[in-house]
Amino acid sequence: MTASFLILASLTLAGACAAMAFRGLVHCALALVVAFAGLGALYLSLGAQFLGLAQWLVYVGAVAVLIVFAILLTHGADTGLPALSAPPLRITGILVAVAIFAILSWAIFHSSAIRPAGLPVSQPTVRQLGAVLMGSYILPLEVIGLMLTAALIGAVIVAMKEKQGAE
Amino acid sequence: MTPLAECLLISSMLFAVGLAGALTRRNAILVLVGIELMLNAANLNFVAFWRFGPHSEALTGMVFVLFSIAVAAAEAAVGLALILAVYRHAGTTDLSRLAGNGDSTYSVFTIGVFPETTLSAGVPPKNDCT
Repeated sequence: MTASFLILASLTLAGACAAMAFRGLVHCALALVVAFAGLGALYLSLGAQFLGLAQWLVYVGAVAVLIVFAILLTHGADTGLPALSAPPLRITGILVAVAIFAILSWAIFHSSAIRPAGLPVSQPTVRQLGAVLMGSYILPLEVIGLMLTAALIGAVIVAMKEKQGAE
Repeated sequence: MTPLAECLLISSMLFAVGLAGALTRRNAILVLVGIELMLNAANLNFVAFWRFGPHSEALTGMVFVLFSIAVAAAEAAVGLALILAVYRHAGTTDLSRLAGNGDSTYSVFTIGVFPETTLSAGVPPKNDCT
């Protein structure tokens, strides 16, 4: 484990924990930005440059801003309510998460599918990725484009203000 | 520990954090944030398996993560729009109050109608969705 990987991983995990633990919603959104940016840097350190930059563009640039807008539009920053659920639900949720983490780490350490790392791969260029996307993955790409358009229109329609008295 | 196992361990930690947040937070927006964190943990798994697995020249993991990012962006947009619509109807994004086991009489089943009619009339509201 290299030092940069360790630093990036701990940054990502700390951001994620802070995003789930902070009380103020705007603070949560800022911690979420840290987690997303750290994850993008992890992608970069794993050799997936395009994915790291796409992660920064989409998550830090778009999703985080969307979440901040939603927080401000719902006046979520100034509620005096407790941040977490009632104690039985809270303890159950944390126990479920810990149990799932234990099961996953047990599986990771006992799996026969995880062999020692093979040969280091050459870093793929964006040209290669584009050729793959435009070649064998052309149909999923079109479907994704259609789905994004449909999601955009659907989000606008769902969030549109209803006219008063419109039956 | 191999590098792949390290990546998978970090990804499972991220998944557990997101799951704990989605299960324990009361605000609907933060539940959505927890789901986003879980999606990102899955993406990290894809990248790790692409990087350290066989046939990395096929770029399958990278392409899958690209599609997954697109789906997650669409999910965030639609989810936040739904939360905004619920907030406009019920006046809160607090899930405990929406579910009706908090200190309020709002219920997910009465979001579609005006909640005060259920309070004043005391009878089940007519469902005039037609």
